[in-house]
Amino acid sequence: MAVKKYSAGVKEYRETYWEPNYTIKETDILACFKITPQEGVPREEVAAAVAAESSTGTWTTVWTDLLTDLDYYKGRAYAIEDVPGDDTCFYAFVAYPIDLFEEGSVVNILTSLVGNVFGFKALRALRLEDIRFPIAYVMTCNGPPQGIQVERDLLNKYGRPLLGCTIKPKLGLSAKNYGRACYEGLRGGLDFTKDDENVNSQPFMRWRHRFDFVMEAIHKAEAETGERKGHYLNVTAPTADEMMRRAEYAKEIGAPIIMHDYLTGGLSANTQLAQWCQNNGMLLHIHRAMHAVLDRNPHHGIHFRVLTKILRLSGGDHLHSGTVVGKLEGDRDATLGWIDTMRDSFIKEDRSRGLFFDQDWGSMPGVIPVASGGIHVWHMPALVNIFGDDSCLQFGGGTLGHPWGNAAGAAANRVAVEACVEARNAGVEVEKEGKDVLTKAAKSSPELKIAMETWKEIKFEFDTVDKIDVAHK
Amino acid sequence: MSDMQDYNSSLSDAAQSRKFETFSYLPALSKDSTRSQIQYIIDKGWNPAIEHTEPENAISNYWYMWKLPLFGETDIDAILAELEACHKAHPKNHVRLMGLDNFAQCAGTSMVIYRGTAV
Repeated sequence: MAVKKYSAGVKEYRETYWEPNYTIKETDILACFKITPQEGVPREEVAAAVAAESSTGTWTTVWTDLLTDLDYYKGRAYAIEDVPGDDTCFYAFVAYPIDLFEEGSVVNILTSLVGNVFGFKALRALRLEDIRFPIAYVMTCNGPPQGIQVERDLLNKYGRPLLGCTIKPKLGLSAKNYGRACYEGLRGGLDFTKDDENVNSQPFMRWRHRFDFVMEAIHKAEAETGERKGHYLNVTAPTADEMMRRAEYAKEIGAPIIMHDYLTGGLSANTQLAQWCQNNGMLLHIHRAMHAVLDRNPHHGIHFRVLTKILRLSGGDHLHSGTVVGKLEGDRDATLGWIDTMRDSFIKEDRSRGLFFDQDWGSMPGVIPVASGGIHVWHMPALVNIFGDDSCLQFGGGTLGHPWGNAAGAAANRVAVEACVEARNAGVEVEKEGKDVLTKAAKSSPELKIAMETWKEIKFEFDTVDKIDVAHK
Repeated sequence: MSDMQDYNSSLSDAAQSRKFETFSYLPALSKDSTRSQIQYIIDKGWNPAIEHTEPENAISNYWYMWKLPLFGETDIDAILAELEACHKAHPKNHVRLMGLDNFAQCAGTSMVIYRGTAV
């Protein structure tokens, strides 16, 4: 069998890593990269270089290549496509054999796929657009701790989006004042309040005091309203040990849900926490600070749909998804693509929504998309239409900024969401008829009426920076 | 401050303060609206199910089942008649209609049709 002889030197990547006739295996991990090459480098060569550098290859031939079956282990570029409307770059599709990656480790996957290759000199820019995880790999991952149905059963919330609120100001409140802000929101009709992502354990409010006061707020609001409530206690911490200490305490005092920042906190920590949550009956809310650093540039970085898949594999029950209509970036069709990716069992390839591959999640539970950032009651009809019931709509300023305070702000949003759901169920096109639906509901809710007057003129209509690649760009 | 309205809710005033999840922040459903909601459950392919409870026990997972879920029932009037029968038998209780989704193994929706008398 020893047919190859060793010859030192530099070979063109495409000799080994470009295989246009390759037949994709069902177990392959597939990736789509958007490549902006340096001028004068042929597409096949750059695509092959990306496949090599993100799998087995390096810049020169080494004798130890011949000690293994490189043909089995290598990634290979198998297709190239134009990017509609953009001649500076192209799509390259790469297939990786499943044995290249440790089971259940999104850390290992990313270290290969977005590792050294992103600094490669032959590229001006590189973006990981999508990954197809084969069901064989999905089955090795733990996934969301509880999933959407379990969360509904735990919290007794059916047939409508969940309603949340991030407590503001983000920083600087004492634990007791912070608990007050939570209590007021929860008694007004919210399902959840939320720690802002940068609330960890600062001198003005150490985590343990916050946890204690917030739990009292939850208990009292539950007794008062007769409904189940939660607060995302942020356990993101400087070390994984400290994170686990905070999670254990949250469990000890009976909190139903905790929170983690999966990118800044790190994927090892996130996966560890998600597994702990599953073993301890705890829901896990995931924030995504740092995502825009990675996903906003259309030519370089990692698309959010990849970060979404990574989180679903690593584990989380909620993930911030963008709102389409609020203050933060997010193209509508692309957002619909990745919220399906969070929730559904099988998602078809659909280029109009930026989905490059079929994705089969098997029985892995889904993640609830969280719409948060600059939204208020006037957005409610669009949000209900875009996100549907399996979502969490989170109004921070849109609750706390109500002229009569948090409880009234919460009640306004609760009335609005229920009115939109009732109308939708009755066959009304709520996005089109939104004004009528809300105006009618406000007749029996003075809180909603004032909220509608307060935020009437606030809109966020800037063009999206990162759009789906279509020809008319 | 005179324009500002107090948020009227307390531990001691159950009738004013206790809620019961979806649609409990809206006025009670009208007859027409109830029919539309039942039609929605039918159109979703969910199985209608009726449950009731004393309002003070509404936070519990397990309300009292009214008979068995109405598997495969798609006649709005038949479902309304069962809701009414449950209400007549337990006039002080909340009576809720659920749509059971056997694929998700989770209720697709749940709403109180007859509101009980809080104590």
